[in-house]
Amino acid sequence: MSFWEYANPQKFMQLSRRVLPFVAVAAGLCLVIGLVWGFFFTPDDYKQGSTVKIFYLHVPAAMMAINAWVMMLVTSLVWLIRRHHVSALAAKAAAPVGLIFTVIALITGALWGQPMWGTWWEWDPRLTSFLILALFYLGYIALWQAIDDPDTAADLTSVLCIVGSVFALLSRYAVNFWNQGLHQGASLSLDKEENVADVFWYPALLCIAGFVLLFVTLVLLRTRTEIRARRLGALLARERRG
Amino acid sequence: MIALLLRDMRLAVRAGGGFGLGLAFFLLVAVLVPLGVGPESATLAKIAPGILWVGALLACLLSLDRIFALDFEDGSLDLLATAPIPLEGAVAVKALAHWAVTGLPLTLAAPVLGILLNLPQAGYGWLVISLALGTPALSVIGAFGAALTVGLKRGGLLLSLLVLPLYVPTLIFGAEVVKRGAEGMATATPLALLAGITAGAAAMLPFAAAAAIRINLR
Repeated sequence: MSFWEYANPQKFMQLSRRVLPFVAVAAGLCLVIGLVWGFFFTPDDYKQGSTVKIFYLHVPAAMMAINAWVMMLVTSLVWLIRRHHVSALAAKAAAPVGLIFTVIALITGALWGQPMWGTWWEWDPRLTSFLILALFYLGYIALWQAIDDPDTAADLTSVLCIVGSVFALLSRYAVNFWNQGLHQGASLSLDKEENVADVFWYPALLCIAGFVLLFVTLVLLRTRTEIRARRLGALLARERRG
Repeated sequence: MIALLLRDMRLAVRAGGGFGLGLAFFLLVAVLVPLGVGPESATLAKIAPGILWVGALLACLLSLDRIFALDFEDGSLDLLATAPIPLEGAVAVKALAHWAVTGLPLTLAAPVLGILLNLPQAGYGWLVISLALGTPALSVIGAFGAALTVGLKRGGLLLSLLVLPLYVPTLIFGAEVVKRGAEGMATATPLALLAGITAGAAAMLPFAAAAAIRINLR
């Protein structure tokens, strides 16, 4: 019994079928409770009023946008090293989800920035690097779309993901160098003295858990779809050969 | 490998299209920008470093798909892949040839276009230095993008989508060197970082590009 057993599509489908409903329900519960708690049962900020509450969507989406890329990097490496198809398909499944989370983070940030900073967009390092991250996701998805042969596509996108990770990291620190930002620093760190107050922290934690679970749900669902599509393709090919 | 380098450069120069086109495009960008933003020399002086760098980057992008596409079509890429020299070396040499026929002329032409854009006096030296240091990175990164898309029928647009985000750090540090140089500030930090990116890209990306070519030729 090892972890790699689930690289077998059959085993993966069995396990994910059993796990999926629980993860989905947990994601829904966390998000509903966390968002309702955050939106309606936390005090307004003394300076920012109720606009601060967009943070319950913004922060988890932004965290997951980055984590989704990290997950793609890990699954890409697993594909290149151990050639497990489920791994490559999971990376493919995660990319659009990560892109949407990136866009959510950008849009919620713009909605908050308009009343608070007086602008929808500012060439701040964090904002800029998120825009660049969105471009990386776009390129990755476009490369998957462009190549017909699934194994070639998986190989090439994995290589792109690895190289892209290095350059995304470089860009993150390059833009830091290029412009000093408006965006506040981290306030949810585990190792800092000064963090956000507990009344905001607990609902935020619940929202983050909700987004993580939502990501897992969507990726499992999309990976299952990809595996089924792959099987369907194989069946059709067999049919055609007669 | 030297034979390969000479062959690639000869092909690029004689086969038409690739060689002069990049330079002409660079010139056009430098002409069109003042027409677009207006002729005030103060504004132009302020944006000149950025425009020149973006122009060089786009001109470089134009000829990227030719690095491997022609060799892929007539089969010489298969021969290179099975040749006794390592494919990584061949990729590096082809990137070098691309730089010699695009990056190098762009670097030499840039000061002339700097005059058109009213680049401040102090900036010219830094412009040439930063382009000379930065354009090799553009060629190597571009060779990686070209290797990824070599098997595709219409890879050109996808190639720019893949490569442009990878150009971000090079562009930032390159333009920063010129900007600081033009304003008379210290340029050592961005210059060192730019050189670091070029060195890192030249050292590692040929391996990634060769891996991508092997996958595409499979």
